[in-house]
Amino acid sequence: MLYHDVLIVGGGLAGLRAAVALCDVYDVGLFSKVHPIRSHSIAAQGGINAALANHPDSRDDTPEKHAFDTVKGSDYLADQDAVRIMCGEAPSIVYEMEHWGCPFSRFPDNTIAQRPFGGGGYPRTCFSTDLTGHVLLNTLYERSVYKRVRAYPEFVTLALVTDGDVCHGAIMLDQIRGEIVAVAAKATFFATGGYGLVYYYSTNALTNTGSGIGISYKAGVPLKDMEFVQFHPTSLIGTNILMTEGCRGEGGYLVNNKGERFMEKYAPKAMELAPRDIVSRSIQTEIEEGRAFDHELGKYVNLDLRHLGAKKIMERLPGIRRICLDFIGIDPIRDPIPIMPAQHYSMGGIDTNAKAETATKGFYAAGECACVSVHGANRLGGNSLLDTIVFGKLGSAAIDQYLQSSTFEPDEGLLAARRKEVEEKVKALAGGGTERPFKILQDLRMTMSRYAGIFRTRDELNHALTTILELKERYQKVGISSSKLSMNYELIGALELESMLDISHVIVLGALVREESRGAHWRRDFPERRDADWLKHTVATLGKDGEPHIDYSNVVISGYTPMERKY
Amino acid sequence: MDRSDHFVVKILRYDGAEPTIEPHFESYKIRVIPGLTILTILLRIRDEIDGTLAFRSSCRSAVCGSCAMVINGKIDLSCRIQAASFGTNTIILEPLPNLHIIKDLVVDMTPFWNMYKKVRPYLIRKNLASDKELPQSDDERKKIDQYVNCILCASCYGACPVLARNPDYVGPAAFAKLERFVLDSRDERPVDFLENVNDDNGLWGCDMILRCIDACPKDVRPPDSIVGLRKHLLKYKAKRLFRKKGQE
Repeated sequence: MLYHDVLIVGGGLAGLRAAVALCDVYDVGLFSKVHPIRSHSIAAQGGINAALANHPDSRDDTPEKHAFDTVKGSDYLADQDAVRIMCGEAPSIVYEMEHWGCPFSRFPDNTIAQRPFGGGGYPRTCFSTDLTGHVLLNTLYERSVYKRVRAYPEFVTLALVTDGDVCHGAIMLDQIRGEIVAVAAKATFFATGGYGLVYYYSTNALTNTGSGIGISYKAGVPLKDMEFVQFHPTSLIGTNILMTEGCRGEGGYLVNNKGERFMEKYAPKAMELAPRDIVSRSIQTEIEEGRAFDHELGKYVNLDLRHLGAKKIMERLPGIRRICLDFIGIDPIRDPIPIMPAQHYSMGGIDTNAKAETATKGFYAAGECACVSVHGANRLGGNSLLDTIVFGKLGSAAIDQYLQSSTFEPDEGLLAARRKEVEEKVKALAGGGTERPFKILQDLRMTMSRYAGIFRTRDELNHALTTILELKERYQKVGISSSKLSMNYELIGALELESMLDISHVIVLGALVREESRGAHWRRDFPERRDADWLKHTVATLGKDGEPHIDYSNVVISGYTPMERKY
Repeated sequence: MDRSDHFVVKILRYDGAEPTIEPHFESYKIRVIPGLTILTILLRIRDEIDGTLAFRSSCRSAVCGSCAMVINGKIDLSCRIQAASFGTNTIILEPLPNLHIIKDLVVDMTPFWNMYKKVRPYLIRKNLASDKELPQSDDERKKIDQYVNCILCASCYGACPVLARNPDYVGPAAFAKLERFVLDSRDERPVDFLENVNDDNGLWGCDMILRCIDACPKDVRPPDSIVGLRKHLLKYKAKRLFRKKGQE
């Protein structure tokens, strides 16, 4: 059995930020299913929001205005106190990352450069060309090397161990040695990322299965607002690789097959820089009403950057150009980019407060796997990188406070017993089941994209629910080819599939009960936001019957009265 | 490409946990569909044909650096290579050279990361106290551009002929990382920072065969950094020599 004061799961921005904060005082173990530098934070492109007021057009920008834009962008579902905390922390977080070496792009006056992003009233998105996640993750990993953080790469978390009230640690699969190990810890911090892979069309990495969220749910931790799934307006057709919002922030146009900048119809003021939910629905509408182009890889509209000129594209969007050349063989300097909306971000997640605390003592979560909620029904571009670092930091402060005042020792007997259970479960998977995991996964992902996507109806969601229940039945008979524990990716896939089925179940159930349209959750049969009934969070908990149960919690309104959302 | 409607994919298989079974090639047939990358082929083989096949992958968009391997004799990221881009339907996949195989296409990156850590890959400042950003001009920022782009995929490490004969050599990626900090206008590392790489395992080990440039999927040129660091070292030595003479 391994022992650490603090067990951190996830080597992306949130996990690393917590680790570098705690490792001077506590014995910290950072466990990650991939090497930390491979975490999906690396793929973030556009930037990180902070009211630095560096841009000539943003001299009077303030954290308060950032908070208002975030709340409005969230369609008023975000908790306003938490949003204020995040936006208030933003400038010092960005300066701190800069001091640790982050190479931000610069303005002529040698300050950090900022660009406009969707739903922001000012140009406040700090960036490093279009590789902002890459530079932030490298900087925090470098910091963790400097601080000698103890990292365990390629350890896959299989179970969270709680006794109902308190968390005792987790059960891990050491992929390289091929062993299942218990890790005892006084505090456990999940920074395990989002669940994009439950959708067929997604910009996310293959690792984003949401298993951390599923594992928490299985251990009795409530999940919040899971029906709110962000669809990014601009993903490359075929691969669904992200084309950053920075493309539009730098001045890119969206154009349909009639040559029209169609956003004029949907958001006449903000145009292409309306929030993501609105732009994605607009593109989807253009596609459904026959104003899209056809391609063997699917229907699309154009993201046109040509008028920006070669110099700006090379300087500000070099990564986008590289991706277009590598993956679809076009050069955005000469050709428009064929794009379609695709799943991008999980607003919902493990139910936490602004200190990253969950309902279970000693168990914390931050980043995309968590739901504070600061993004509500729709996250603004540039706020997710911010979320990861801010709540990684605030979570570490909460853990410090908890450990200072606690005499708790994890129960090794409980951990050993759970380890045995997990081992039995893994053995059973190789026992010759008839269902192949990839087939179930394929059906699940198609179902989610088709019936729980950008536009939803009761009938479609009911269909999705029935299918998911059938897939859960099929999962009972799942089997894999080898019982070996070392480097067995098929085994990991089969284990994560259970989480993906649970998560999809909760998303669809939340979407069914929420009979309104708010942010990214759009019901064709209930096209209005209904504050009187639905200005509340959905909270899903695993019942004793093994079924998810939906409850509700209040949204914190402190200063911004909900009003109609127009751009 | 010939007219066959299938790719024949030959993959070098080996399991470090069962060293008695020698490395050997296994062949798989995959139906041609448009847009197939090497990574999508690997995923299909694991899903549909052989669940025991091991390879690393994550972002599938050439930014995370997980999936470098040898593809028809050339090192690249499997996610960004189109299967139809070769003049043949036969595709041969081997693990990254110069690193031990853990299983199939998965190699042990520990030596790579040890060298990375050896060069102190972080910004060093004497004094961090500042409640604003440290000023840096856009031109200063651009100086480090190519090195910032490195995704630590170890393609260069696998291609390096020096590492093939001397596993103690620091290697191209670590030097590119070091130069990224040396050229950063904000960095204040002590003047003797190159002492631990001032030997044949370090800066003087490079033979300038330049395979690393060809292997890099992100257009980084590690030899530029090695030349830059060698110059830096000579300047420092010369300065120290003059200072000593001045003292005599």
